[in-house]
Amino acid sequence: MGGRGGGCLNEFMNNPLKIAVASGKGGTGKTTIAVSLALTAAAAGRTVQYLDCDVEEPNGHIFFKPQIHSRFPAMVALPEVIKAQCNGCGDCADICAYNAIAVVRGQVLIFPELCRGCGACSLLCPKDAIVEISRPVGNVEIGVGAGVAFVRGVLSIGQIMTPAVIAAVKGAGGDQEITLLDCPPGTSCAVIEAVRDADAVLLVTEPTPFGLHDLTLAVEMTRALKKPFCVVLNRFDLGDDKTVAYCREENIPIILSIPDDRRIAEAYARGEALTEVLPSYAPVFTDAWERLLAWCERQIPRKKVPVPLDQGKAATS
Amino acid sequence: MKEIAVISGKGGTGKTSLTAAFATLGGKKVLADCDVDAADLHLVLHPEIIREEIFIGGSKAAIREEDCTGCGLCAEHCRFRAIGYSVTTNGEQAEKPIINPIFCEGCRLCARLCPVEAIAFEPAESGRLCVSGTPCGPMVHARLGVAQGNSGKLVTLVRQEARTIAEGEACELIIIDGPPGVGCPVIASITGVNLALIVTEPTLSGRHDLMRAAELTAHFRIPTLVCINKWDIHPGMTERIEKEARDHDVLPAGRIRYDRLVTDAQVQRTNVLACGDSAVGEDMKAVWRSVESALSNQ
Ligand code: SF4
Ligand code: SF4
Ligand code: SF4
Ligand code: SF4
Repeated sequence: MGGRGGGCLNEFMNNPLKIAVASGKGGTGKTTIAVSLALTAAAAGRTVQYLDCDVEEPNGHIFFKPQIHSRFPAMVALPEVIKAQCNGCGDCADICAYNAIAVVRGQVLIFPELCRGCGACSLLCPKDAIVEISRPVGNVEIGVGAGVAFVRGVLSIGQIMTPAVIAAVKGAGGDQEITLLDCPPGTSCAVIEAVRDADAVLLVTEPTPFGLHDLTLAVEMTRALKKPFCVVLNRFDLGDDKTVAYCREENIPIILSIPDDRRIAEAYARGEALTEVLPSYAPVFTDAWERLLAWCERQIPRKKVPVPLDQGKAATS
Repeated sequence: MKEIAVISGKGGTGKTSLTAAFATLGGKKVLADCDVDAADLHLVLHPEIIREEIFIGGSKAAIREEDCTGCGLCAEHCRFRAIGYSVTTNGEQAEKPIINPIFCEGCRLCARLCPVEAIAFEPAESGRLCVSGTPCGPMVHARLGVAQGNSGKLVTLVRQEARTIAEGEACELIIIDGPPGVGCPVIASITGVNLALIVTEPTLSGRHDLMRAAELTAHFRIPTLVCINKWDIHPGMTERIEKEARDHDVLPAGRIRYDRLVTDAQVQRTNVLACGDSAVGEDMKAVWRSVESALSNQ
């Protein structure tokens, strides 16, 4: 690993730190924040990777303009019947909890769009007549842009296995000191997959009724996952003061507030990184980055022995 | 009866504000909030809930500690990494595994494998479905429990309920507020609709996401319109997106200017058209006229 900036956090920073940038609502500036923090951390001398886990709408590449050096498909396992071995007993249709298998007059029919790749049918078929074959559901790209290691996943159009592509993106990540995960919006299975291996979560919101409502859902999710989290308030001077009041009541730190600045919207529209085209914001992000690290140090327990779960398995849903 | 879905590749493009404005226009209609992951339409339409139903999306597994022998078979085979061992503060791993319900997808594999039948399997509430009345007509909305999968199934239920109501009350139109993205809840929201309206913004990200959403609607052969919100933030990009959209047989339905009134209306918990005459309101009405004529041409 490369050199470390800011000596005081060294023991803590011996562990790579993974921060998920999420938001209940889309369009709150999540990507802008994740990109700016990644660039800020890199400028502070850390090795940084940015993982674009918003695989339905990945946009990070627009700002990093990365040189992609490798690509591979994200695969999920799909069962297939070896006809010669199958006796048509129908067990597999009973086993599948998602009705992805029907056995009609001794013929096994598999509906790929319902299968979640749980592996039960192939494991439990009494005749060992089901094998799993891999099928691509998206792509993963790895590269470097603006001094930051870059990985993104792209879900293929018409596919629904979003979490499988996210798992593939995380699997392609390196061991940089700092990892920023740009998560999909919402609170459903895709976000859970993106957030579950992070050490801390940044929730980006804006102080409008929609923003606040969706923030409360994101808070509920993050609490359920038992992750430490804090809030970034974007366009803080827009809307009303209810979001700030909510954060105060719930004891949620607001680590960074960014004004409703038309120049930020314009830079975003052109696909330019905020801290690069508007240098006056660079110190704002440097301050926020230091606050964030100090906060992480207080919140995240020294890393325990991680729960020994097999990371290599396809996590799909 | 016809169905129109308002979607957006990217979130936060003003889709819900536009849907709320549409709700006040035109004839009898049913509103369906299919953004079940982050349903916001109710915040501005003030629905009075008439009926609420529990939605069971699936079942969850749980280990009965007293019966478990700690053989580890279940943890070894769960593909969703839902089964693990807690670790005590001095770094020791517990003898028996536990199931984290957030990650459990209810595939039942663990329960079938467990040699001593120590795993119970219970249906779990994963959301609520509500049928409500609003000043603009009946509305069906839902709330997916946090950390729940199966949003596609809940979206399908919302749409079924909306259709039943539309038939019962002789409504001509269902307006669907769809989720962002191109994944399973979006697919569930648009399959079989008569028209999709993609709301986007004149940014590089907006353009990229619009193209993906347009590919999705093309994949399902759904006639599609696009509307550029806050078009005046970047007029050049607006032109470019509209041209590219045309090349993909997606017709522009109009442009909506940037106006803080849209946010102000939201803060006042109402829709733009209820805030008196405004240029941005006229823009929205013009988009609605394009939608109506596209629907009647079918
Ligand atoms: S369980 Fe195996 S043998 Fe029985 S029908 Fe299914 S594939 Fe055939
Ligand atoms: S892998 Fe699981 S979900 Fe897929 S068909 Fe087999 S049992 Fe059903
Ligand atoms: S039911 Fe399936 S997903 Fe849930 S814990 Fe058991 S094996 Fe894992
Ligand atoms: S398979 Fe059954 S007995 Fe073995 S660890 Fe799991 S719950 Fe316990």
